[in-house]
Amino acid sequence: MTLELSPDHAEVVSLLHPLDAGLEPAIASLHARLARDAQLTHTLDIAYRVVDSPVGKLLLAATDRGIVRVAFELEDHDSVLQLLANTVSPRILQAPARLDDAARELDEYFTGTRTEFDLTLDFRLCRGFRLNVLRHLPRIPYGSTASYAQVAQAAGSPNAVRAVGTACATNPLPLIVPCHRVVKSDGSFGGYLGGSEAKRALLRLEAAA
Amino acid sequence: MKPGQMVNKKPFEAVVREQGATVLRVCRAVLGVHDADDAWSDTFLAALQAYPTLPAGANVEAWLVTIAHRKCIDHVRAGSRRALPVDHPPEQHSSLGIPGDGHEELLDAVTSLPPKQRQAVAYHYLAGLPYNDVAALLGGTAEAARRAGADGVRSLRSALAAHQSLAHTSSKGDI
Repeated sequence: MTLELSPDHAEVVSLLHPLDAGLEPAIASLHARLARDAQLTHTLDIAYRVVDSPVGKLLLAATDRGIVRVAFELEDHDSVLQLLANTVSPRILQAPARLDDAARELDEYFTGTRTEFDLTLDFRLCRGFRLNVLRHLPRIPYGSTASYAQVAQAAGSPNAVRAVGTACATNPLPLIVPCHRVVKSDGSFGGYLGGSEAKRALLRLEAAA
Repeated sequence: MKPGQMVNKKPFEAVVREQGATVLRVCRAVLGVHDADDAWSDTFLAALQAYPTLPAGANVEAWLVTIAHRKCIDHVRAGSRRALPVDHPPEQHSSLGIPGDGHEELLDAVTSLPPKQRQAVAYHYLAGLPYNDVAALLGGTAEAARRAGADGVRSLRSALAAHQSLAHTSSKGDI
């Protein structure tokens, strides 16, 4: 054989196009199989799913210890997943099964039939005083609010009002850990991860139920 | 990657999204459509396991193709239904593709290629690996890999051409 040019790349790719028959559905079922296998072999460090809600799409993520992150659309789900990859583990897959309970309880919450959550939580994303604050928040009853100052007092540091604000603003588990029930002393809403409109909607929902 | 610059690894989900189709095409070309699914699953489960140890900034696609290459060989060794190294494969009919559109013919033609040619075509044309990298997987020189790839493509073309002329005569012949 004499010198021969390599075949044109694009032309060969189109020649091989029949290999693509049914590729999309095959990938979808292989992805589901991977999620199952990963769960069974304990190689899935973070499972996540995205659910619809009255305050927009919510990202739910769980480790094998429990729910580790709830994120609003406003936080940008891709950035949230990247941050989880950086701080916890990059072994992350969309694997809905681990989030079934969380999705169901949130659904019940939004329809007004659930007033508190019964989910195992993984607080590994927060430490120290912030963790203290978050652990205290579920004691604010459904349908009522507390001021940042009141929460600071209850968490044992009456002067740490600003730190309570930071703890709420960086709450990795909004909705489930109800930082939306913490408002300013003058009665105004204060900021919220999901936007002040979402905070208002949640307080209205709880007041109506 | 520049020194001091941290490149963070993407969530593995993004790797599956971006590379899943390519790896499945490669497995289909190397193993045939039926065994490709198992090889894909083995590849991505092994990749997920090893992902935290992959150096940041590494070529993820080349890494996956390397794993897929080994998993496909494992499948052949484990005695899968359709063995890779055969000189004269038995006639088999694929359940995929619409008869007469050339799909089945192409799949048959790929299956009948010698393994090295099939792998060279898959890794170079489907996965886009340069022939240096293909040679690293197959052994031998880059030139030998390039020749295997080119020979493979030529065989595919002539197999398809033969089928097409047959199809033409039979459609007129009304057997």
